Amino acid sequence: MSHMDRSNYENSAKIELDRIRSAPLTPKARLAIPVQDMPSQDPSIRRANMGEVATGYTAEQAMVEAERCLQCKNAPCVAGCPVRVDIPGFIGKVREGEFAAAASVIKRTNLLPSICGRVCPQEKQCQLPCTLGKALGGIDKAVQIGRIERFVADYERNAGLLAPPPTAGATGKRVAVVGAGPAGLTCAVDVRRQGHDVVIFEAFHKAGGVMVYGIPEFRLPKALVASEAGVLESMGVNFEMSFLVGRTRRLSSLLGEDGFDAVFVGTGAGLPKFMEIPGENLVGVFSANEYLTRTNLMKAYVKGKAATPLYPSRRVAVLGGGNVAMDAARMALRLGAEEVRVLYRRTREEMPARGEEVIHAMEEGIYFDFLRSPTRVLGDQNGRVVGLEVLAYELGEADDSGRRRPVAIRGSETIAPFDTVIVAVGNESNPLISKTTPELKVDRWGHILVDEKQKTSIERVYAGGDIVLGAATVILAMGEGRRAAAAINEVLQ
Amino acid sequence: MHGEHTVISKRRLSGEVYRMEIDAPLVARERKAGQFVIVQCDEDYSERIPLTIADADPAAGTVTLIFQTVGASTHKLALKEPGDSIVLLGPLGNPTHIEKFGWAVCVGGGIGLAPLHPIVKALVEAGNRVTVISGARTAELLIMQEELNALADENIVVTDDGSAGRKALVTEPLGELCAKSPAPDIVVTIGPPIMMKFCAATTKPFGVKTLASLNTIMIDGTGMCGGCRVSVGGQTKFVCVDGPEFDAHEVDWAQMMTRLGAYKDLEQADHDRCHLEMSIEAIEKKNADEGRKS
Repeated sequence: MSHMDRSNYENSAKIELDRIRSAPLTPKARLAIPVQDMPSQDPSIRRANMGEVATGYTAEQAMVEAERCLQCKNAPCVAGCPVRVDIPGFIGKVREGEFAAAASVIKRTNLLPSICGRVCPQEKQCQLPCTLGKALGGIDKAVQIGRIERFVADYERNAGLLAPPPTAGATGKRVAVVGAGPAGLTCAVDVRRQGHDVVIFEAFHKAGGVMVYGIPEFRLPKALVASEAGVLESMGVNFEMSFLVGRTRRLSSLLGEDGFDAVFVGTGAGLPKFMEIPGENLVGVFSANEYLTRTNLMKAYVKGKAATPLYPSRRVAVLGGGNVAMDAARMALRLGAEEVRVLYRRTREEMPARGEEVIHAMEEGIYFDFLRSPTRVLGDQNGRVVGLEVLAYELGEADDSGRRRPVAIRGSETIAPFDTVIVAVGNESNPLISKTTPELKVDRWGHILVDEKQKTSIERVYAGGDIVLGAATVILAMGEGRRAAAAINEVLQ
Repeated sequence: MHGEHTVISKRRLSGEVYRMEIDAPLVARERKAGQFVIVQCDEDYSERIPLTIADADPAAGTVTLIFQTVGASTHKLALKEPGDSIVLLGPLGNPTHIEKFGWAVCVGGGIGLAPLHPIVKALVEAGNRVTVISGARTAELLIMQEELNALADENIVVTDDGSAGRKALVTEPLGELCAKSPAPDIVVTIGPPIMMKFCAATTKPFGVKTLASLNTIMIDGTGMCGGCRVSVGGQTKFVCVDGPEFDAHEVDWAQMMTRLGAYKDLEQADHDRCHLEMSIEAIEKKNADEGRKS
């Protein structure tokens, strides 16, 4: 596939827009408007830089894409959105070229659209039930809601229109939010809007949670996350950084002597899982969390400036098929690895990663070894990784999740040379808060148990995001943060 | 955003060892023996380094850190002056399990004497008879001696070169104590991994329960990265949330030391660069001395 320049997209969109505007659009003509592709950096160039891969729609592209929307009365897309953004509403404004108004429509239910537009798995949410996609017989033909959302959010920020939402008068009530990730930030905004005092406690030195330590710069620029956190600060939300609730201060102390009226726990994913195969503690095996935290949060890729060291990798194996695996693989490539291979036990169809990320990874030259999983990490006499023993699989019957179960092919082991192995097979929950708060009920995986309002087993304590859901997405975490905020606002009335 | 802590005082204890008091009232109040903190010189490009807590003063709201300059980050930390701020997270890790064991032997090597101090203090407060073995390469590197002498029932000093106490390794007196009847009820060891490994090997034949406090590579210190993992009794454990103390007889020491050396080449280069200045100082001094002699 040859690479198209942003100006090419812009020109074709202009022509298309003129055509659309020249005469009333028949339903058939509307169906014929081509899907607007996302302009991106040339794969051969971007694989060696940290700049954002997708560069965003031009105004004309956004307007053409908005013209594709059928404005369905029943709006199935809205039901597919975890925070119920009024999708036909904002797309209608984009169609009219009223981008600022479109942003206001989104902001009614989603304060972080520039982030959601970039990292939401739209093909599994809003774009999945899209009537147009169904009519045209393919999810990739659905209205590109996420891309339009991103355009609107970027327009608002670049035009200097980013303003903190108004807050009600002070109520004198105080709410503690534990964790400055997507769940915590969303909860903080909604609680602060009602006039309650909010303090966010964050263990890291930067706000954003997975959006700063996990998702790479080339997919979600950190300046953008910082500017969103800045909006919270200008709303009067306080941040206590490098503060580990459970250790620096206990949950019970926050509710007791510290005088908080309610607490929201959004501590996110915790301990990385490993494969539990021999050789996993060899030097050169990393959890994706460690690999990505070194590069994203600690900025280890900024040579000569960053103090956090990077392991020199030439041949990298990434184990797993989710977004984190894609992020780790593409990061390894950008850090100079000669060959990066993703090993996944199932096939492309079953991969949980966001579709666009898989395509981007393939364009950049990441190799995919489907139906493969390692049985052993091989090391040299110095305890460093030199390869993997890999077993081949085939797909069998469908399992509980509806995905066909991979079945190992006996005797199919082969040896492949690697110097680095990155394990991206999910996380277990972090035991810190539950361990230091015995009365907080958790399930057998350590996830905090909550009711339909996100309330935990302790009065005035709510929880949401990955610490409740296990590994989920930014938007699902935001949805939980929002629901918890509504419940907190209700009890603090 | 709030999260900075102020350096209150700084003292150079020996060539490479520094003692710093940091303003951190909550950490000073919450911390217990055996816990550590993560320190960062500044927010943007600095490394996160785990450091053990040597002491804390809840009334003054300060914690005392004692560290050795081993890489670029600890050198940078050593350059901080009173009034400067650093990032500090803690207290992290599980506190040492303290009870009245009876007779406790606490073995500290080099910089490990710093985190040994609060453990000795807690064991003494719990009513144990405590024997300390203080080891160092040379007399100059023996730290916390005043504090340990004041607390412990006995403090056996050993140095590699005999410049203070016995010319021996810590395992020598440790073996002698274990051979006594009754033997110590518990041994706690903190120091270089090689020393802890040999302490474990020394106490094992006597069946004396031995705890070692591990200082592995870490990033977050809260269980998120897994960089600190070690094999204990054949199971993978995270030092930051499962430790930092483990049964020394169950730790896979060879693997732990290999993992500690993951970035050794890079660190050595940094160390050499940071020490260039000091080396030049030393050469100049030597030249000056020789000049005087001739």
